[in-house]
Amino acid sequence: MPDLGRAALILTLGLCVYAVVAGGAAAMLGRRRLALSARNALYAAFGSTLVASLVLWAAFLRDDFSFAYVAGHSSRDLPFAYKLSAFWGGQEGSLLLWLLVLTAYAAIAVWLARRKARDLVVWVTPVLGGIAAAFTWLLVGVSSPFETIAAPADGSGLNPSLQNPYMVIHPVFLYLGYVGLAVPFAFAMGSLLSGRTDERWIVATRRWTIVAWTALGVGQLLGAHWAYEEVGWGGYYAWDPVENAALMPWLAATAYLHSVMIQEKRGMLRVWNVTLVGLAFCLSLFGTFLTRSGIVSSIHSFTQSSIGPWFLAFVVVAVVFTVAMIWLRLPQLRTKAKLESLVSREASFLYNNLLLVALCLTILWGTAWPILSEAVRGESVVVGRPYYDFFLRVFGLPLLLLMGIGPLIAWRRASLRGLARVFVWPAGIALAAGSLLIALGAGSSIPGLVAYTFATFVLATIALEFVRGTSARRALTGEAVPTAFGRLVGRNRRRYGGYVVHAAIVLLAIGIAGSSAYDSVVESPSPLARGESLAIGDYTLTYRELREREGANATEIRAVLDVRRGGDDLGTLEAGKNAYSVEQQVSNEVGIRSDLLTGEDLFVIAERVYENGTVQFRVFVKPLVNLIWLAGLVFVLGSLITLWPDAREERRLATRYARTPETADRTAT
Amino acid sequence: MLGAALAVAVVLLVALPFLREPAPDSDRLGELADADRRRLDAEEARDRALDALRELEADHRAGRVSDADYRTVIGAVRRDAAEALRTLDGMEAGTRANGTKTA
Repeated sequence: MPDLGRAALILTLGLCVYAVVAGGAAAMLGRRRLALSARNALYAAFGSTLVASLVLWAAFLRDDFSFAYVAGHSSRDLPFAYKLSAFWGGQEGSLLLWLLVLTAYAAIAVWLARRKARDLVVWVTPVLGGIAAAFTWLLVGVSSPFETIAAPADGSGLNPSLQNPYMVIHPVFLYLGYVGLAVPFAFAMGSLLSGRTDERWIVATRRWTIVAWTALGVGQLLGAHWAYEEVGWGGYYAWDPVENAALMPWLAATAYLHSVMIQEKRGMLRVWNVTLVGLAFCLSLFGTFLTRSGIVSSIHSFTQSSIGPWFLAFVVVAVVFTVAMIWLRLPQLRTKAKLESLVSREASFLYNNLLLVALCLTILWGTAWPILSEAVRGESVVVGRPYYDFFLRVFGLPLLLLMGIGPLIAWRRASLRGLARVFVWPAGIALAAGSLLIALGAGSSIPGLVAYTFATFVLATIALEFVRGTSARRALTGEAVPTAFGRLVGRNRRRYGGYVVHAAIVLLAIGIAGSSAYDSVVESPSPLARGESLAIGDYTLTYRELREREGANATEIRAVLDVRRGGDDLGTLEAGKNAYSVEQQVSNEVGIRSDLLTGEDLFVIAERVYENGTVQFRVFVKPLVNLIWLAGLVFVLGSLITLWPDAREERRLATRYARTPETADRTAT
Repeated sequence: MLGAALAVAVVLLVALPFLREPAPDSDRLGELADADRRRLDAEEARDRALDALRELEADHRAGRVSDADYRTVIGAVRRDAAEALRTLDGMEAGTRANGTKTA
């Protein structure tokens, strides 16, 4: 079986190199059959990568410890779901997952675009082939998941931190996002290579970008929830390098999703848009480099390896290639349209872009600083949380405000008087909310108060938008409110889906502000004995007993606490440790009681469990933290509305691109 | 054995375009002619201008854009739309004229 896996990966490498060489030659020489053959090579590369992946999965499920990778990341008593997810529990498997997603995306992307952007696909094929070839080389030549050893009786198990349901799906979403950014990048570069700088690459990749961006966003939220539940330090985001690695391309892609609207509506910012697509992709590579190279220490980085130099070389090649292509095509990318006013929709989107990119680059600087300082001064200096928190406030709060302002300003130019009329209600509601919050004591945190006031403003503008749009439609058509509302959203999916996504970001901001600016923490001054209590806010926790039970592959020790708030009995909460015998590791298992009505969490960590049965506890109260997870659901809903195909738009585009040349789909597979 | 079968399958898939058409009439890739490229640009400009017009009307109707702002912007938006349509019409007229000459 390992031989089949190795052979499949070698085939993938050959196919990807063929897609680059034959695809490039076909594009330059104008050879139709060769172009189709290169495209078929991408389809075949997906097939052979799938075979390699199935071989590895089969090895995990069969406990075939003759695979060094399986022996290092699984054990006989590992639960089934974790045997499946152990596939990406280490470096080699993660890279294989990257490649599997990439080749699947590449095959689907060129297949879907083969009619609408036929001549473009010819140039996209070698770019996608090149990216896939680089990853395949890492798997074939540097870090293979199919290395064999004399099979031990049992494997060494999976890192306990990864034995969590969120870790089954979090990496998959993250990779769907990271890798998805390769598609808009390939089409943008294909467009530049071909010298055709029209909007077809944008049209062909619009949904790809949103899918990748959504997956990356969801992946980060799942990762945050994992950190919250599993890492057991009382938070969900620590500005860890690996967390930042996922945030940076997401921010760049967010900037692109806004600025591309300016190109679509006004024909402006062509250079900026290809730059952002290149930045997002290169940052996704950089993120994978950080995660996989072990160059920075991180709670999420489970590997130390030798692929770092290869990966760094890949990142450098991608950056140089992107810059060179943009430089080469600058004359074609220049546009006649100019920004007419600093008070206009396009200007507000531009401010949004500058803030997003500034935040992204600030995070990049902080993340790269330990590497740079080590290279220059010989000692690694880590940038702490205050740095990131400061810049999040400096750039994030204006961004939050702009989310409410931008969509309501007219394109081209708007008068301040007109704006005042549009914003009078949302601003009034926001100021009233701010005043109320001060009266309720929220003034203890100025950034928190500002965030809440801005969040109220944005929510009010969004609500008003739906009301205004529905009313206008009713006035025009006489439809009933539900029909008018449904058709308003259905016929303007990008716009109203975008508003729903904005509402999700506002919920996220409220959740982050509430749980970080207004949280409280208490630690028992000395270990608690049975019957002793600990108070935090309105809550009183009484340590009742210590329980021990055998789980599937771990001994579970739990301290049971009775929880009361005011005079009400809220039941019990368990917090403790899991001792994994095979892995010889202990994990923190926190106790969380969520109040879904207020969004508040009571969060208990059993810091130390002593042999005499006493336990050292740390307890947090995190107001509104559950809005962060709710934001994820709203975010997905908004993205789905935006992604839902619009038949009228599709027809219009089909008519527009009907005359683009045939690239001989006569022999298409 | 399985590896060899996989290799044969992928080689066949990659060679398929050549196996299906061993001696085609033409093996040239379709290229966008300059005229088609200009037409595509003009069509994009037309769609952009008409979208802008539609959106401005909808925003004005919904009360997002005040009467004064609407009056300031509508002229330029209509001019852009008219120019885009004129450009496209001119191209089509040119194409028809060339077609007649050729015929």
